[in-house]
Amino acid sequence: MWSIIARSLLRGPRTEKAPPPDDTALAELASKVDAVARDRLGRSLSIRQVDAGSCNGCELEINALQNPYYDLERFGLKFVASPRHADVLLVTGPVTHNMSEALQRAWRATPDPKWVVAAGDCACSGGVFAGSYACVGPVSNAIPVDVHIKGCPPTPTQLLEGLLAVLEHSARR
Amino acid sequence: MTDLIQFLHDCPVVSRHRPWPRIEVDAAKWQMLAARLPMEEWELLALWGEPDAVHVALHDPQPGTFAVLSRACPGGGFASLSTARPGALRLERAARDLFGLVPEGIPDARPWLDHGRWPMRRPLATAPEPRSLDEPAARATDYPFLPVTGKLAEQGGLHQIPVGPIHAGIIEPGHFRFTANGETVVRLEERLGYVHKGIEKLMQGRTLADAASLAGRISGDSTVAHALAFARAVEAALDVAAPPRAHYLRAIMAELERVANHLGDFGAICNDAAFSFILAEASTLREDVLRAAHVNFGHRLMMDKVIPGGVAVDLFEPGIEALRRLVGRIRPRVLHLAAIYDGKPSLLDRTIGTGTVARNLVQRFAAGGYVGRASGRAFDARRTPGYPPYDDLEFEVPILDEGDVHARVWIRIREIGESIRLIEQCLERLPGGAIAVPLPQHSGEGIALVEGFRGDILTSVKLAADGTVVRCHARDPSWLQWPLLEAAVEGNIVADFPLCNKSFNCSYAGHDL
Repeated sequence: MWSIIARSLLRGPRTEKAPPPDDTALAELASKVDAVARDRLGRSLSIRQVDAGSCNGCELEINALQNPYYDLERFGLKFVASPRHADVLLVTGPVTHNMSEALQRAWRATPDPKWVVAAGDCACSGGVFAGSYACVGPVSNAIPVDVHIKGCPPTPTQLLEGLLAVLEHSARR
Repeated sequence: MTDLIQFLHDCPVVSRHRPWPRIEVDAAKWQMLAARLPMEEWELLALWGEPDAVHVALHDPQPGTFAVLSRACPGGGFASLSTARPGALRLERAARDLFGLVPEGIPDARPWLDHGRWPMRRPLATAPEPRSLDEPAARATDYPFLPVTGKLAEQGGLHQIPVGPIHAGIIEPGHFRFTANGETVVRLEERLGYVHKGIEKLMQGRTLADAASLAGRISGDSTVAHALAFARAVEAALDVAAPPRAHYLRAIMAELERVANHLGDFGAICNDAAFSFILAEASTLREDVLRAAHVNFGHRLMMDKVIPGGVAVDLFEPGIEALRRLVGRIRPRVLHLAAIYDGKPSLLDRTIGTGTVARNLVQRFAAGGYVGRASGRAFDARRTPGYPPYDDLEFEVPILDEGDVHARVWIRIREIGESIRLIEQCLERLPGGAIAVPLPQHSGEGIALVEGFRGDILTSVKLAADGTVVRCHARDPSWLQWPLLEAAVEGNIVADFPLCNKSFNCSYAGHDL
């Protein structure tokens, strides 16, 4: 264990350079979130992730954001356990009927100002599950969505680009 | 003890079903089966419905035979098997929710997947019954959880902790209802079905390509294994075999998936015992595997790369060398992490003796994967029934008897080593030739049992003459593992639940379908 720690100290962290924020997401945000809300938050956002029916692929990649290569917390972005502590709801999945009430309750429990990020093809459009009797469809059918991140599942880099766009936007004056 | 096939010798065999016999049994024979199961060692691998029929897949461990029994039930009723095989309980409840079948004598008649929120009842039956979403539904709060009774409860000695469906971490949704006496969990009751997406209905009428894509999204962490089970079932139905090179490439992907998930679990279990060092290291190794998968197979999780007929992507020389270097690098680092894990008494104090599952329980439930193997059940689908290329490769199936969190950690560590051995052998012996065969277009029925990282996945398909899917059922290993988590947690402290849960790492998506 100490040999690994010593090596890490000598070589420096494995953390990699961040990608630039996603331009499309920035444009999408610019039209939606008002400046007053942005001023209040500064450069730090708390994220509550809600799986609303995903196959778990998106969760794996969101989890990967916390590994040493991506080290999400260095940007001031951190995952929190309660929607009451959150600025951002990061929602995945084609919103199943069985999860829609829980999702709406989590959204209501999130204090304003808040952003909703729909992550993954299912959350954006219903994905391969679109049209099922058991699904409400895209997240926007259940709660208002501010940013979409496509991908099946979106890679950690794509997720980071989208989340950095939210951060960038929230800090802009 | 009777031989399963002998027991069924007087029943008609459905000829178009491969590779195991599918045998049509009448009400009397099914009734006999229900009566015989308590005396026999036959394992119930899966039970699934169809409009007006119920199927059960059985494994006779002595000669190692498999059979599917089908009982037509035009009135919907069939004798429940869940008293003799408790693993069938939730499967029967699901068959009732989806098809309107009636398991007679079932010890638990509550709904399972149907939370009262779909626009119809019995969505997969011939005639689903429309339901207005405004009608007072069986709301989550209305679900009749098991009552808390007894002297301790009357004296106010028990309290309940409801958790979920949304959990505190970045994990899938489900509800856990703990009944606790102080810190000790007296009972855990699970309620699942929150991520039910109606996959079995979506499969109907789809082309093989579309259905394969759905199969790859049953459980994202097992996308290779589920796609493989679907592909092998389709190949059985059409009586074709994937080319040898495809078998090897499938095995490389399946073992990479196993390594990646076991690394993730190893790190996450240690992190739940507040030892984040191993999480940081193991998640880095996991990321290395996913990046290698992306470079060599075109997708980090290798989604849509295993297809009916073969694989969708070939592996070339620089990739072979890169994968060899990758696994060669992972092996010593995992051994190092395992030594660190074993050398931390404060960590072992949390994992040893925690969340123990008895051997007779994993056998009764036919629980597979690390849950079964950590409690002495040696079953591994790569060995029994076995499928290529594993019959040509050398590997061990690690077995432990302790059945606790520690044993499930060590099964994973040893399986990482075995998977690396398998990947090295596959890379060494990778045969030349095509990576896929064209598929004929005709009707047929097939079944496949495939070993995912979590355990054995059973997929059954029925194809129409035009090559589309009539019916597809995929039984994720979680169905037979989730109920054992309830048993594992009993008598442990509430604070050890995350540790127990993570050591099982059951799939919600794969279970809820």
